[in-house]
Amino acid sequence: MPTTFRIWRGDATKGEFKDYTAEAGEGMVVLDAVHQIQATQAPDLACRWNCKAGKCGSCSAEINGMPKLMCMTRLDDLPEGETVIVEPMQAFPLVKDLVTDVSWNYEVKKRIKKFQPRKPDNADGTWTMQQDDADRVQEFRKCIECFLCQDVCHVLRDHHKHADFIGPRFLVHTAQLEMNPLDTADRVPELKKDFGIGYCNITKCCTKVCPEHIHITDNAIIPLKERVVDEFYDPVMKLIQLVFKPRKKAEE
Amino acid sequence: MAGTPLPVLPPPAPRSFGQTSRRDKWWLQPLLVFAGLGSFLVYANWAALQGVHYTHGPYLSPFYSPEIFGSSPHAWFGPQPGWWPAWLPFSPALFILWAPAGFRLTCYYYRGAYYKAFWADPPNCAVGEPRKGYIGESNWPLRIMNIHRYFLYVALLFILMLAYDAVQAFWFKDENGKGGFGVGVGSLVLTLNVILLSGYTLGCHSLRHLVGGIKDCMSESPTCQKMYKGCSALNKRHMMWAWISLVGVMFADVYVRLCSMGIWKDIRIL
Ligand code: SF4
Ligand code: SF4
Ligand code: FES
Ligand code: FES
Repeated sequence: MPTTFRIWRGDATKGEFKDYTAEAGEGMVVLDAVHQIQATQAPDLACRWNCKAGKCGSCSAEINGMPKLMCMTRLDDLPEGETVIVEPMQAFPLVKDLVTDVSWNYEVKKRIKKFQPRKPDNADGTWTMQQDDADRVQEFRKCIECFLCQDVCHVLRDHHKHADFIGPRFLVHTAQLEMNPLDTADRVPELKKDFGIGYCNITKCCTKVCPEHIHITDNAIIPLKERVVDEFYDPVMKLIQLVFKPRKKAEE
Repeated sequence: MAGTPLPVLPPPAPRSFGQTSRRDKWWLQPLLVFAGLGSFLVYANWAALQGVHYTHGPYLSPFYSPEIFGSSPHAWFGPQPGWWPAWLPFSPALFILWAPAGFRLTCYYYRGAYYKAFWADPPNCAVGEPRKGYIGESNWPLRIMNIHRYFLYVALLFILMLAYDAVQAFWFKDENGKGGFGVGVGSLVLTLNVILLSGYTLGCHSLRHLVGGIKDCMSESPTCQKMYKGCSALNKRHMMWAWISLVGVMFADVYVRLCSMGIWKDIRIL
């Protein structure tokens, strides 16, 4: 069935939507259609992709207004007979057509304290961990760094707080390090001051778009917000922690 | 690199209010939340200011429990205190409703929901916003939301008190003032109300943090781990619990009110 695709063409300075027609076959995804258009009508159409299996996180774009992986969006899941709108991500600078410059994210990641494991538990230099404790952070390791959550987050997308807020992807990353049972570094003060966790107003759009179904808001952001409360807003908890046990065990 | 400021990006073209390429009914969900919470607010305020028809037999409306001062036999410290200013309408609900109201107002689920539905921040995911400036919860006034766990402590006490009311609702007095066990539809309504409120309160994000989430090695204390797992199970459906407990508590008030007004008849099952 011939389907119209309205694709954004242009670069950082100017651009416009152009309509193309592609033959939508059974089981096809948006990325297939984009490739078909590249092959038959627009050889200069720029799009980034790699695995076509929803695992490399390269083909992020916006399809009918929602951030999605092009390779995982099936045409038969979109409204039948309607034009399909394909745009680049809005939260990052445009390079060309569907390709955005996501390098801001790599810079942000460098600013988060690395994993600092405690001294090995065993003589052979290994650690002992319980499966249950590992499970909690395991969820966050599923992230494929597609940055769709960063794109949909209104703090970055609409309010452009890139200089003050690290975005949901890196709150997930911080949670992964911070909740790791072996880790000894404390990232809570940064979360409040430099990483801007307070900007998140828990509207859960990040969770909605995550192709790995990570419960970004419920399992990463809110638990981190609670740790910020422990440290900065709850005098009783602060006192308890001072008297009994510091939240992070410092390296002996 | 830790400690260096976050990199800055050139600002993109501004987006106008409601601007989006979404073609689905993105406005429907915030509209439903607006209608749902809005109706509850209107009803709750009206019901709280009535000051009458909040008890029926052994039943006490959850909007009025605990009744600290009031004219019903449920009151702890007797009728309206003398120091209550004459110009202020008196209702026993005014003494206590701040607690559940504050709890729900600062609840993580409701915050996300009403920021969207009442403040369009954002109207829905990937839809342009009406305002340019934004501080979110990073500063005052919304920084106050961090107080949520303190409301949680009060809410947990309220669950106990409402559970006590539910037990009382199975104890009917006859004309001679002699009490005996019985079951009315109202007893079941008040019991269900406590169950729903517990499902909501025990799935609270702050509670989930306090009982276990605060620890990185939860396995070190099996009790914490068990509580965390229970809390997490409820927390997964926190939104559902938030809504059904809201409807439940409102229905419990409506039930007691209509029985007290003589519009509904409370059916005795036992
Ligand atoms: S929940 Fe927070 S981080 Fe996620 S999209 Fe909303 S504001 Fe952004
Ligand atoms: S958290 Fe999910 S949406 Fe965000 S970058 Fe990772 S996989 Fe993508
Ligand atoms: S091409 Fe790898 S995620 Fe789509
Ligand atoms: S987060 Fe909803 S009640 Fe605490």
